[in-house]
Amino acid sequence: MTNEFVLEAITREFPDSVISHSEPYDFLTLEIKKEDVKKIIHYLRDSSLEIKFLTDICGIHYPENPEKELGVIYHLHNMMTNFRIRLKAFMPKENAEVDSMTDLYAGANWMERETFEFYGIKFKGHPDLRVILNMEDIGYHPMLKEYRLEDGTRTDKDDKMFGR
Amino acid sequence: MSDNKPIIRMDAEPPEGFEGEGFFATKLSSVIGMARKYSLWPLPFATSCCGIEFMAVLNPTYDASRFGMERNSFSPRQADMLMVCGTISKKLGPVLKQVYTQMAEPKWVIAVGACASSGGIFDTYSVLQGIDKIIPVDVYVPGCPPRPEQIIEGVMQVQALCEGESIRRRDMPEYKNLLESYGIN
Repeated sequence: MTNEFVLEAITREFPDSVISHSEPYDFLTLEIKKEDVKKIIHYLRDSSLEIKFLTDICGIHYPENPEKELGVIYHLHNMMTNFRIRLKAFMPKENAEVDSMTDLYAGANWMERETFEFYGIKFKGHPDLRVILNMEDIGYHPMLKEYRLEDGTRTDKDDKMFGR
Repeated sequence: MSDNKPIIRMDAEPPEGFEGEGFFATKLSSVIGMARKYSLWPLPFATSCCGIEFMAVLNPTYDASRFGMERNSFSPRQADMLMVCGTISKKLGPVLKQVYTQMAEPKWVIAVGACASSGGIFDTYSVLQGIDKIIPVDVYVPGCPPRPEQIIEGVMQVQALCEGESIRRRDMPEYKNLLESYGIN
């Protein structure tokens, strides 16, 4: 399987879904309309492409780009031919929501909970979307770039010594 | 540093008392203090690299058994000294507090390393900025991670504390107020 072959298969099947594509370090990367992500991942799994392994789901935040502020990134893998593909879907920050992959891949459950926890992206159809890694009462999505990394409760550091 | 550093003796002198032909008389509190000092059972709460240094303390090279730490207690009920070695995340905080609450009096706490003492380099949303935010700490051992010798010195500081403290420390109003301020009863 080559990048060209998979790209052509996807664009033939979903001509309106692929917004752009690139191959950084020979890694086929597609930007997909967020409404079509589930359709395409389902196709990749059940078609003869057999890209059946969901390696990772994660989020990303680009505060300088309001139209495409939040993103969800899917890494998929064909274990037999060792072919990897990366799908990206972007959306504005208001009411960010994408389809859950939990009915395609059970392993998506915790990855989507983590993405929700850190970026506040909701996953439509997720059975149990709540905080997974931090304290339940954390109350905000810490990886969004409007929050500072440092812990505000820390008392042993001050501006003079640490430039906070 | 403060100037009230406890005097640490390695040669286990007997406490003050009257000695004569075939008898030795001293205060009960001194005997109990000495007994406690040389039978501190540690409860390791090891979460990261400081835990590895703590394990080195237990092995024959550094040999914590010399200090009466012969038995590591992995049940808080039988432990005297809680050794918190490593980063404590905010999610782990209530667990640590529960472990401390389950320990029987008298009990002491050592914060081993920068993370347990102050959060260390993890100045971030998920990490507790020092275990003294949730439980009282007797001795802080600096270092990232501290060398085994430093951890041993921390243990010796606790030994000096148990030797010098009132044997009914739990009844002292200061101690009760301290626990009260942490919401521990």
